[in-house]
Amino acid sequence: MSAPVKAVRGRVVRTGQVSFRFAERTVLVSLVLLVAVVGIGLVTLTSGDFELTVAEVTKSLIGRGDGASDFIVLTLRLPRLVTGILVGAALAVSGGILQSLSGNPLASPDIIGFTQGAATGAILVIVLVDGSMVQIGAGALVGGVATAVVVYLLAFKRGVQGFRLILIGIGISFIMLSLNKYLVTRASLTDAIAAQAWQVGGLNGRGWDHVRVVGLAVAVLLPPALYLGRRLALMEMGDATAKGLGVDSERTRLALIAISVGLAAVATAAAGPVSFLALAAPQLARRLTRSSGVGLVPAALMGALLLTAGDLAVQRLFSPAQLPVGIATGAIGGLYLIWLLGYEWRRGIAR
Amino acid sequence: MTRLRAEGLTLAYDERTVAEGLGVVIPDGSFTVIVGPNACGKSTLLKALARMLKPKSGAVYLDGEVISTYRSKEVARRLGLLPQTSVAPGGITVGELVARGRYPHQRLLKQWSEQDESVVTEAMRLTNVLELSDRLLDELSGGQRQRVWLAMVLAQETAILLLDEPTTFLDIAHQVEVLDLCADLHEENGHTLVAVLHDLNQACRYATHLIAMKPGEGIVAQGDPSEIVTAELVEDVFGLPCRVVPDPETGTPLIVPLKRQRVPVAETLTAR
Repeated sequence: MSAPVKAVRGRVVRTGQVSFRFAERTVLVSLVLLVAVVGIGLVTLTSGDFELTVAEVTKSLIGRGDGASDFIVLTLRLPRLVTGILVGAALAVSGGILQSLSGNPLASPDIIGFTQGAATGAILVIVLVDGSMVQIGAGALVGGVATAVVVYLLAFKRGVQGFRLILIGIGISFIMLSLNKYLVTRASLTDAIAAQAWQVGGLNGRGWDHVRVVGLAVAVLLPPALYLGRRLALMEMGDATAKGLGVDSERTRLALIAISVGLAAVATAAAGPVSFLALAAPQLARRLTRSSGVGLVPAALMGALLLTAGDLAVQRLFSPAQLPVGIATGAIGGLYLIWLLGYEWRRGIAR
Repeated sequence: MTRLRAEGLTLAYDERTVAEGLGVVIPDGSFTVIVGPNACGKSTLLKALARMLKPKSGAVYLDGEVISTYRSKEVARRLGLLPQTSVAPGGITVGELVARGRYPHQRLLKQWSEQDESVVTEAMRLTNVLELSDRLLDELSGGQRQRVWLAMVLAQETAILLLDEPTTFLDIAHQVEVLDLCADLHEENGHTLVAVLHDLNQACRYATHLIAMKPGEGIVAQGDPSEIVTAELVEDVFGLPCRVVPDPETGTPLIVPLKRQRVPVAETLTAR
């Protein structure tokens, strides 16, 4: 026989009954993204109107800081940073799941109506009951989930097909958008301003309450998402192939959509409808890793990086104005969407 | 005893019934081929055998138990399926794709055992795609791609393989290549194969057991092709007047359509 050919690339780890195979590039990209998130975090915590040294921040973080830096780090900057990391990761995983399920890079919770539905729920709470931040968050959660159920049921026809889901989602998205506008026009001036401000999406003034809510959701929903990620990769090959390999595709799809909706709704509840992040982060991560897998971990890290970096940029570049990061992601995301549509269009022609 | 059989199957999509009262026994170690004209329900029957379609009545039995009572992963360790169309994820290499066939044998903490690796290597060797392992699937020809998909199903290590029209979209040389490979798997590795094929002559040449289906009537004949394939059967099932002669290469039945009967033009076209 000729020289042995290695059947499958990748690094293999085996000890006893435990064995894994992974692509080195994916691990490397994830590590770089993680380092970048930590770096952005450090800059966010140290810089600003009140400059702090890394040593002062570290002291505050381990509970040995003085009063002023404790207040700035622990009350103002850290919860905002952590909310950004969690919301970014949640949105990216939510979008990554939907894109993989539908086999379409256009699928994301803000395109197919989940985010708009969450906004409707939040605005209803603002306008009707003048609710607290927690109540607004709950309203967003209910609105997002309810919209997702409607989109899913309308798209259901002997199972749910990706393209159908997107088209129906886009339709529902516009209906919810006009409903949101209608609600704002009917509201009192203060409510309308509050609703409008919330609709932009941003991290201004986010505190530990937000961290707790999103943190809990991410802690509960991210592990099953990662666990189901392997099945998700198989389902990309078509339902028949996945089922032939032993994946219960209908049930797995339902579970994954539920996770995706939950993550998007909670993220929206905490930070408002931050646009385009869920759309762009998984695709950017996939291009960097060049992996054929679903890659939810690099996607989550990419989401966290994009949102925290974007928030840092709007805080520092437009200071003292408190520009919401949703405006920045919207502007950059719009450019990305133009590029994506052009790319898909050219690819479609090339076929 | 036979590992895969079906009794009293009624198959339907929503309210549209495709076939009723199907009884099938897949002989162990056979190369069974299902043939019939379009819309006779041959692919539907294969889907039911592969538990992709829930029968309206009747049941498919795998190793004596109704197939739907097994967990999906358990079925996947006993029975492999090559569907008519599969989507190759963008940027996937041949090796990675074949490795996915190991999924039913893997667990959360046991994702790439030495056995996984050796079975995948062997599956790729059998299908002659080992040298392509680092190539992207998108770069391959249709015939090569079909061998890769077959390798993925082989990596499942199942004794029974169901193939839904494995030769569609391939030119004649690649059709023969894929079918020869199937015949090798059947003869040398003892796999039980069940395939849906369009070409009746190919079916007769490769099948050890033939199942002929007709729209509205279900299964009209099953058995050894050289015993059941006659001009009457072909005319009855396909509505094609023909002669059946021995294949000069293999001696298996060869269907030769009758010469066109010339119809005078005046009878078919009314003059203006």
